[in-house]
Amino acid sequence: MTTSPRPVPDDRGRLSALLRLWPFARPYRGLIAVTFSAALLATLAQLAIPLITAAVVDGPIADGDRGGLVPLLALALLFGVAEASLFFVRRWAMNSSCLRIERDLRDTVYQRLQRLPVAFHDRWASGQLLSRATTDVSTVRRFVGFVAVFLAVNLITCVVVLVLLLVTYWPLGLAVLLTTVPLSALALRWERRYNIQSRLVQDEQGELATDVEEAIQGIRVVKSLGRSRLVFDRYDAKATRLRRLELDKVRTLALLWSIFELHPQVTLAVILVGGAVAVNTGALTVGGLVAFVALFTVLLWPILSLGFLFAFAQETASACDRIGELLDAPLTVTDRPGVVPADLGSPARLRFEDVGFSYAGSASPVLDGVDLDVAPGETVAVVGATGSGKTTLTALVGRLFDVTAGRITVDGVDVRDLPLAQLRSVVATAFEDATLFSMSVRENITLGRPGATDADVEEALQVAQAEFVHDLPWGLDTRIGEQGLSLSGGQRQRLALARAVLGRPSVLVLDDPLSALDVHTEALVERALRDILAATTALVVAHRASTVLLADRVALLAGGRIVALGTHSELLAEVPGYRELLAQDSELAEALP
Amino acid sequence: MTAQTPSPGHGTDGQENWRGVAAENADDLSAGAGVFLRARSRRLLGELLAPHRRSLWGLLFTITVQNLAWLAGPFLIGVGIDVAVPALIGGNAWPLVWITAAMLGAAVLDTVLRFVFLTWSGRVGQAVLLTLRRRVFTHVQRLPLSFHERYTSGKTISRLTSDVEALAELLDEGLDSLVTALFSVLTIGVVLIVLDPPLGLVALLGFPALFWVARWFHQNSTAAYRRTRESITAVIVQFTETLGGIRAVQAFRREPRNDELHAQLNEDNRRAQDRAFWLIAVFVPAVTLIGNLVTVAVLGYGALRVMDGDLAVGTLVSFLLYLRRFFDPLQDVAMFYNSYQSASAALEKLSGVLEERPTVAEPSDPLPLDDARGELVFDDVRFGYTDRTVLPHLDLAVPAGQTVALVGATGAGKSTLARLAARFYDPVAGVVRLDGVPLDRLTDDDLRRAVVMVTQESFLFSGTIADNIAFGRPGADRAEIEAAARAIGAHEFIASLPKGYDTDVHRRGGRLSAGQRQLVSFARAFLADPAVLILDEATSSLDVPSERLVQRGLQTLLADRTALIIAHRLSTVEIADRVLVMEEGRIVEDGFPAELVAGTGRFAGLHRAWADSLV
Ligand SMILES: Nc1ncnc2c1ncn2[C@@H]1O[C@H](COP(=O)(O)OP(=O)(O)OP(=O)(O)O)[C@@H](O)[C@H]1O
Ligand SMILES: Nc1ncnc2c1ncn2[C@@H]1O[C@H](COP(=O)(O)OP(=O)(O)OP(=O)(O)O)[C@@H](O)[C@H]1O
Ligand SMILES: [Mg+2]
Repeated sequence: MTTSPRPVPDDRGRLSALLRLWPFARPYRGLIAVTFSAALLATLAQLAIPLITAAVVDGPIADGDRGGLVPLLALALLFGVAEASLFFVRRWAMNSSCLRIERDLRDTVYQRLQRLPVAFHDRWASGQLLSRATTDVSTVRRFVGFVAVFLAVNLITCVVVLVLLLVTYWPLGLAVLLTTVPLSALALRWERRYNIQSRLVQDEQGELATDVEEAIQGIRVVKSLGRSRLVFDRYDAKATRLRRLELDKVRTLALLWSIFELHPQVTLAVILVGGAVAVNTGALTVGGLVAFVALFTVLLWPILSLGFLFAFAQETASACDRIGELLDAPLTVTDRPGVVPADLGSPARLRFEDVGFSYAGSASPVLDGVDLDVAPGETVAVVGATGSGKTTLTALVGRLFDVTAGRITVDGVDVRDLPLAQLRSVVATAFEDATLFSMSVRENITLGRPGATDADVEEALQVAQAEFVHDLPWGLDTRIGEQGLSLSGGQRQRLALARAVLGRPSVLVLDDPLSALDVHTEALVERALRDILAATTALVVAHRASTVLLADRVALLAGGRIVALGTHSELLAEVPGYRELLAQDSELAEALP
Repeated sequence: MTAQTPSPGHGTDGQENWRGVAAENADDLSAGAGVFLRARSRRLLGELLAPHRRSLWGLLFTITVQNLAWLAGPFLIGVGIDVAVPALIGGNAWPLVWITAAMLGAAVLDTVLRFVFLTWSGRVGQAVLLTLRRRVFTHVQRLPLSFHERYTSGKTISRLTSDVEALAELLDEGLDSLVTALFSVLTIGVVLIVLDPPLGLVALLGFPALFWVARWFHQNSTAAYRRTRESITAVIVQFTETLGGIRAVQAFRREPRNDELHAQLNEDNRRAQDRAFWLIAVFVPAVTLIGNLVTVAVLGYGALRVMDGDLAVGTLVSFLLYLRRFFDPLQDVAMFYNSYQSASAALEKLSGVLEERPTVAEPSDPLPLDDARGELVFDDVRFGYTDRTVLPHLDLAVPAGQTVALVGATGAGKSTLARLAARFYDPVAGVVRLDGVPLDRLTDDDLRRAVVMVTQESFLFSGTIADNIAFGRPGADRAEIEAAARAIGAHEFIASLPKGYDTDVHRRGGRLSAGQRQLVSFARAFLADPAVLILDEATSSLDVPSERLVQRGLQTLLADRTALIIAHRLSTVEIADRVLVMEEGRIVEDGFPAELVAGTGRFAGLHRAWADSLV
């Protein structure tokens, strides 16, 4: 049902995806090195106790030398304390690095998402984005802090111990070495499967998050139609599917884990047989065998854990892929290299030159050859039937989308040749659906102009007839709910309008700005707005004649182009299509009984 | 939950101010509530695990046997060194064969049981998660709008994603490591004592210290993990809001400021986690240290006893091996305890949501309503969302079949009245009746079948247009869906889309224009075909001809239906039988449209202003 592109997991099964973490890990490489060293040293310290035990058995016990015991015990004590201290150092260094890596990565993802074009957000289910920024990023954290370190340490431990085993008694050591061959072969196969299954689980988690988000944000619709059951069933289907995918994953993990658990035990049996034979032939002492066994038992955990660690590495690889898909998504709406702010007049001239636009993935263009010249200070109303492309047209001015043909200029400069920051400070938009954020009224209004003074805010509120905010419990400091839901529809719309007119922008774009206002309030807003409009270049989308009257000229949009341009009364007199759109419902009244 | 004092300046660093002041902060904890929260989260965990009691016993059994098999290894190799090697030297190979066979057998048993355990516990864990997901989701759906307005969607989303995942971590790693570890600890503990009681006693010396460390960890980590849940929630809330309003964010160059805010929340989260991780960074090494000290003591004492001839070397070696296996899993217990603390902080939050009472709930003794006629009565109703009263006193009777237009200034309380009629909220005083039955005595099914409201914001779900219309009546076939779309004049635009009714509308209907979204949500309500239809500015974004088409559709539809139509464009009024004018929560005028227009009251004024605004 959702539309996010979901690449089919391929079976490259590559851990190479992990490499892209390096830029994030780099700043903390010192700490990571400390983590790693501490882990390695702690493992070595662990080796000390069996070795000391062997020394005790072969030394003081064999000789009955009580005095010889003391230095050995002191040594064991030293290593014991060292091991614990190293643990602490490892964890401390790990916290300091991996939590910062997680933070940096999440910041980066967030920053990237904010800058990805609206077209990207239209296509991606938001739950998929959320699950990447939270779950996947945490997976990375656990990988860097724990898995990567122990993968390295345990591999090194295995190698070192194998060498020690070879040194202690090479024929047995060689036997142990050979047993790792079938283990690796099996593991490799299952790891690959695990990678694919992890990806499926992660994607499904994103789907589930999407469902949750929709069910919560659409709660009014769900409630008003009494469709909780339907919504639940949808969610349940996905949750059940997630469970199935998780269980597939668990099965692979269990297989992996089991063989990694079987391996050392079988090897231990091999050692016993081989060792006994060797002792029998005199090639090995009993003390030597004890040491050999003790050394090998050091390997039990490292080997056992490798199964899990490799699996987690695979999971991280697919999490990295998912994060990478966001970080690699092209920033199509962005500054051209080397742009410098242009010198723009205020108010500025806004021109559409043969502008064409089609949404990605749809064949027919929404706009096709729009030509419109809005003189500085002029207000042009855009009128058109539902779905004729008015909102699309307005979105092009502030480059929420880029034109696919022709160009839009502000004072003669192509909007794509202006720095985005400049363009968007010149152009202010009131959208048809009033998006408010859950923060204070003031913050909502000054959204993009943190420098706005109280006087500016007051003026904007006055223009939008939004003085009701002063009656809220904490005035301008009152937090308004998400989407401003604790306000009425008209109140929300007026706040969105206040946001747009704040600071008198040189180009003002209003998309059906008065649709939720009653007639009296509308008249008041219009009166105040006229004053602002006189001094800015404005594009006003309108469905009602009352709004059209704010404009100096009207453009009629139909079939993707502007088919008529003139004053309201001209068009009314000359263009039947225009009359049709805006004229009175008197015929309806006549048609009604 | 204590009401916060109204101090706009609170959080004076200027960074916090952006949030603004709200009446209450659901996350604020009064002192002493912590204990209560812990109990609550434990209870929830208990409830979740209760249906799996048998499986848990089974798992316990599996893991016990598996552990015994696993423990057999070191034991057998000890025996091997002490018995089989001398026997082999003495020329008897059989003990070696037997012991090796036993080791292999134990290894295979261990492996098989480990596999069984992992898959089985995975099934239990996933079942618990599924139950939890279902439960929280259903519950959240049932909670009243007032809850959702207070709690915000970001927080609810965080509950259902991040918090549930915290529990998943516990179940993934926890069930396994705890059971394995506890059993290793218990069985090895027993083995140690049996193997050699005096040495065993020495080993037990470590326990008081362990207990003390664990208590320290418990006391500090509870609060620390609570903080981590709260701080990640704040990150998620900000994240979802930013993405939800991405157009406004980009158009108003909010990105740099949002970067800052996010960085700050994210850093808060890092700090909270750092604190919790720091605790564990002390706790686990402390356990290790205790273990190592005990090992040294055992080694010294054991060596002395071997020299005295009280103890075989093999026994000492085995004992030391076991001791290692005793303390290593104790670290796992410590780690489990850590996951548990983290999960129980999440469970606290989840149980908090689960304990929210659905105040606008279904009645326990509902009255039947088979075929609603649609008579709607407000009887002395008073209502306010907060302490502020929005509707001070409302008396209104709408006979079945009447079409009522509701007009008035913005913020007058029109939507509020409509929401009460749809029972989004219950009145503070008085009752709303449908066909003489108070709304709070109707089952949700009956009520929703009878009363449907088209809300101001036309929310569409991702999915096809057909799916969205069918939301009004699940199971409707394509012909019915088309008929509904035709009736309100939406068929034409839908048919002209490349995939027609199967066009995916994208997130929140972003693929459609605002007017098209309204048409689809209108068609959705049309298909639901209720006895009482409430339209809250349902045509505000339509062009005049489309609006006219909709009204024509409405005319037929509303012939035998009750309707409450809120609109600022008074053209709507022309299809109404009756007009109500609201002002500051009161009905100030009530009459036939023609009468009111001709009169000198407020509606006449409104109508004149509206007529002037046309053309
Ligand atoms: N993201 C999108 N992808 C593909 N098509 C889209 C997308 N958004 C809008 N459209 C289509 O483009 C056309 C123009 O939409 P637009 O929102 O610009 O209309 P509008 O003139 O503003 O209508 P309204 O008066 O209803 O607001 C519509 O037919 C719509 O279905
Ligand atoms: N969920 C809410 N919580 C708290 N206050 C609210 C809530 N919804 C609305 N209000 C307040 O109640 C009052 C009446 O709001 P209501 O939405 O009923 O107005 P309305 O007449 O429908 O206005 P509009 O025409 O602008 O939609 C307003 O002052 C508004 O701020
Ligand atoms: Mg539009």
